[in-house]
Amino acid sequence: MERLLSIIFIYILVENFVLQRFFGICPFLGVSRKMETAVGMSMAVIFVMSMATLVTWLLYTFVLIPLNLEYLQIVTFILVIASLVQLVETTLRKISPTLYQGLGIFLPLITTNCAIMAVTLLAVREEFAFIEAVVFGIAASIGFSLALVIMAGIRERLELADVPDVLQGPAVTLITAGILSLAFQGFRGMLTL
Amino acid sequence: MQIIYAIIALGLIGLVFGILLSLAAKVFAVKVDPRVDKVKDILPGANCGACGYAGCSQFAEAVVKGEVNPSGCIPGGTETAKALAAELGIDFAETESLVATVFCIGDKEKAPDRFIYEGVKNCAVAGRFYGGFKACTYGCLGLGDCAWACPFEAIEIGPHGLPVVDQEACTGCGLCVNACPRDLIKTLPRRSNQGHLVLCSSHDRGKSVSKVCSVGCIACRACVKICPQEAIEMDDNLAVIDLDKCDDCGKCVPVCPPVTIYPRAAIPKKLADLDQPTAAAVSEEDG
Repeated sequence: MERLLSIIFIYILVENFVLQRFFGICPFLGVSRKMETAVGMSMAVIFVMSMATLVTWLLYTFVLIPLNLEYLQIVTFILVIASLVQLVETTLRKISPTLYQGLGIFLPLITTNCAIMAVTLLAVREEFAFIEAVVFGIAASIGFSLALVIMAGIRERLELADVPDVLQGPAVTLITAGILSLAFQGFRGMLTL
Repeated sequence: MQIIYAIIALGLIGLVFGILLSLAAKVFAVKVDPRVDKVKDILPGANCGACGYAGCSQFAEAVVKGEVNPSGCIPGGTETAKALAAELGIDFAETESLVATVFCIGDKEKAPDRFIYEGVKNCAVAGRFYGGFKACTYGCLGLGDCAWACPFEAIEIGPHGLPVVDQEACTGCGLCVNACPRDLIKTLPRRSNQGHLVLCSSHDRGKSVSKVCSVGCIACRACVKICPQEAIEMDDNLAVIDLDKCDDCGKCVPVCPPVTIYPRAAIPKKLADLDQPTAAAVSEEDG
């Protein structure tokens, strides 16, 4: 239990996948312009990342290892993630058309979110037990959402601020991301597994 | 042997996921209007979002439902709009193109500020702060809520502190109309830019208007009386010209004491046009 709690704490704050590990920078900068899309993207990523970690861990442990096919993990994991995203899309379209409309193009784009690939690969490399891997997936996706939502909040405020001309647009966004990352450095070394 | 295992294992995993997906597609099948797919094929498929929808599929659905005009696809242009109209049997020529127009010409000189505002650069915020820094409580604050709302970058705040609509880039989507906290922007039919407009939104009485702005409508009714078409009516101390009745005779322009009435052709069509002051251009026309 203690180990599970520390996994949650570490991968939300200490080893935040966006701000400390620098995975998933593309959606982090791409959809953080508005809070609405940021929250939508976060929800979709939380679902896909948790599910992907669960399925890939099972596949890796019970199919790839017994057959000595560990070197196929990347190909297999891509297959799993792509199928999962497609599955989510089909299901969501029927069950909740409103959410489907709201997420729009971001849903299929999750397939190419490198943070998800990283989480599935790390889950097996860190040799987590099943429950730990699932919790790890959920914690990492919450960490991703946290970074995305904080960034969206800052950027919405930034739109109203008097930014010097030379720093307008991407420049000030990247500086903001850098400062945010520095702030998260404060959690460094607080807890290790 | 190893390679055979690899092929079988990966093949099986792929097969299982394939079956799962096709099952899901069957179980969760959604009946879609077949026209949506056809419309989607016509669209450029860039998913740029310039139409205001999340992607081309969403736009296609909206077009089929009739929520949005086929001409809403910006990168597709007229070609795509025509093809869409033909596919759906809509008369493309009949669709009326709109353009946003700002109903305030009280710039910093003509309608001075009454205090220095150094807060957040946002009209909605500034307007709530002691009724806004502009002496005229109806006038444009010029902090660019409209420019910020415009997805086509068709509105910019000019050097005189008022928004200028780039009439070519403007698609008449109306986002700026909703964004303006003082309701100064209206979307009007383009109709080759005909008609005259009273470029003021102040409902104050004449005396109060002339105190705060040299070009505001003072509700003198001179234009109402002279208009041969009876196209001008007073709406709560503000003259309003009905574009359907106005025949562009221009008789109202010289009788307007503060020069608030302009022909639509004289409104700057983009920021670069501002080099020629509009007021001067009009008085030249009328001798």
